[in-house]
Amino acid sequence: MQYDHILIRYGELALKGKNKKTFILQLQDNIRKQLEPFPNATVKRTQGRMFVLLNGHEPEPIIEKCRNIFGIQSLSPAIKVQNDETEIKDAALWALENSLDTKTFKVTVKRINKDFPIRSQEMNQVLGKHLLSNTTGYTVDVHQPDLELKVEIRAEATYITSRVISALGGLPVGTSGKTLLMLSGGIDSPVAGFLTMKRGVEVEAIHFHSPPFTSERAKQKVLDLAEKLTNYGSKVNVHVVPFTKLQQHIFREMPENYAMTIMRRIMMRISEQVCKQQSILSITTGESLGQVASQTMESMNTINEVTNYPILRPLVAMDKDEIIKVSRQIDTYDISIRPYEDCCTIFVPKSPKTKPERSKVNAFESQTDFSELIEEAVNGIEVVTLNGKQKAENEFDELL
Amino acid sequence: MIYLDNSATTKPDPSVLESFQQASQRFFANPSSIHHLGGEAEKMLSKARKQAAELLNVHQDEIVFTSGGTEGNNLAIKGTALKHQGRGKHIITTEIEHSSVDETFQGLSQLGFDVTYLPVDENGVVSVEDVRKAIRHDTILISVMHVNNELGSIQPVKEIGDIAKKYPKLFFHVDNVQGFGKVPLELAESGIDFCTISGHKIHGLKGTGLLYVKKGATLFPLFHGGDQEHGLRSGTENLAGAVSLVKALRLTKERQEAGTQHMLELQQELYNKLSGMNGVEVNTPKEAAPHIINISVPGLKPEVIIHTLGEQDIYISTKSACSSKQTDESKILAACSKSSEVASSALRISLSYDTAAEEISVFLNALEKAIHQLKAVLE
Repeated sequence: MQYDHILIRYGELALKGKNKKTFILQLQDNIRKQLEPFPNATVKRTQGRMFVLLNGHEPEPIIEKCRNIFGIQSLSPAIKVQNDETEIKDAALWALENSLDTKTFKVTVKRINKDFPIRSQEMNQVLGKHLLSNTTGYTVDVHQPDLELKVEIRAEATYITSRVISALGGLPVGTSGKTLLMLSGGIDSPVAGFLTMKRGVEVEAIHFHSPPFTSERAKQKVLDLAEKLTNYGSKVNVHVVPFTKLQQHIFREMPENYAMTIMRRIMMRISEQVCKQQSILSITTGESLGQVASQTMESMNTINEVTNYPILRPLVAMDKDEIIKVSRQIDTYDISIRPYEDCCTIFVPKSPKTKPERSKVNAFESQTDFSELIEEAVNGIEVVTLNGKQKAENEFDELL
Repeated sequence: MIYLDNSATTKPDPSVLESFQQASQRFFANPSSIHHLGGEAEKMLSKARKQAAELLNVHQDEIVFTSGGTEGNNLAIKGTALKHQGRGKHIITTEIEHSSVDETFQGLSQLGFDVTYLPVDENGVVSVEDVRKAIRHDTILISVMHVNNELGSIQPVKEIGDIAKKYPKLFFHVDNVQGFGKVPLELAESGIDFCTISGHKIHGLKGTGLLYVKKGATLFPLFHGGDQEHGLRSGTENLAGAVSLVKALRLTKERQEAGTQHMLELQQELYNKLSGMNGVEVNTPKEAAPHIINISVPGLKPEVIIHTLGEQDIYISTKSACSSKQTDESKILAACSKSSEVASSALRISLSYDTAAEEISVFLNALEKAIHQLKAVLE
């Protein structure tokens, strides 16, 4: 006997009104994409429930994949059997014996199909008795059991589910529009990307690359981070902006203590242009209030002046250690701490303005014309698409 | 050629050699160099590490590439002893370990560590109860091999792991050089902190291997320098070696189920025929790894049999290659309470997934004939 399907529960989705169908279809689609490596697995919806039919695949790797898909509240491996007392008994016994770290259990029977001859309460006792008399070492605990065996007797069949595995919750990616994530390579921005994705947002990323000041490995680092984000959505486009000329120009022409603020404003302008081209409706950053000079309230106010696109800052209220915790959870921390220079760590002024003023910045910027360089940078953008499949197609793999 | 000395070393798989050569040429740069070529080499190395981790079902940070079994065992044992001697200086091992473990423990005892050597029963298996009883408040390390290299006996490392889990101050090392690919061993959640694997025993290349180091377990490195391999093994990475090792791991894993079944059948055949052969005593217990069968021919010097078979292009070995140059008597067989006569006349036949059934029958005939002739000469 083995688990033949996985029951998927969606939490918050169930609350949605008329859009519910859209949300569920998106979730189904997202699950299908993530399960592409498992060719026989299929995703089905029946009567307000979603199942992954395993068709011979092992349940564990599929559960692991599904745990990372936003919109799923929890999962349970399940067995489908005929509405037959003996079959139900056998399956329940198998599920109990194959549950790890279980000493106490409880059986909950739901008889939706009233044609089944044994009533729920009675069936609870029949199964409990069967399990206790065919095993040793287990006891029944109806309050806090290690394992709750749920038996649902429906019209078409009986479903037996055992353990409940919690997932990430959130909304299915693709149901809340698209954002442009400013991805530097540090610890914060991937976490910001992850958190926006959690609310159903599809993410494209923008990265400012300044060769030879920033190396190819700094760029690769960003692509590796974006690749990690594909675990939670399906694909991530990274817009790599050639930024060397602009950056040199800023630091040559602008007052040193304002250069960083102006650089950020130019990054915002470029980001806004990418948004317009790609029909993206917002920009997301990994800013957390007060973390560094560019993340003071005054800096935000001054930098934000150049765009009226909404800027999402999901980390704004988080402490650094909370951010690090999430980055470890999503496996980006080890990539983020690779020691390569990025566009924010080169040309660091000795004393950047922590309280820049809009009027002064505007005065400085009016002394020089950035528009041509900005246009050149936008035209030179390279788009790299990551879809989680690079791994399989890579030249490295043939050697391993 | 009939090669039945696969526990000493195996023939490298041609595709593993191919990978080694390709990786050496294409990724010759130093993975620590910051230029593009270095970046590519680093990426290759991290792919290899990731795949090794997936194959062993552990995390990639838990893989340390080494030069092989001896280094892995030394790093785990000396590394633990040196790092944690402040907590206690009692270390535990068995009487039947490979010399790279045994000699390391002897070396540590010269440095003032207190070593307990656990005995084994007549089947060459250590008792879980003995392990439990040997643990003291100052014990910092238990090192037990998974599969014995001379006899093929399987040690209860899973059960010992369960005990080790209950002692948070204590580390548990398993030498799995003979076990990998032959007897399944799950590392995650096993209570095992360190596990040694060698490349050349699984059709990989000499000079390759890895040590599994469980997250959170710390070691004093044997080599200091550029902090490669999470700081546990400095020295420019043997990238091509690591790539070839991981390929060998994958090929082994893929063939493990069918290969093990095949070897079991051959071993059964050997067991039946050898048990009935005049003058032969089978030392390998019934419950053993599928690739080793150890026999003794009391009264005949094992070298003589080796050479007689060698003339016919058939290769087996006396005890373990790593200790066969020392004394006549097998320490391991002696530890299993075998008579001196048996312990000094032992031969080991060791199989691979590729050993053919006909090779076994040719070998059996040749052995029977050799024993008959040699005995006739002596009488």
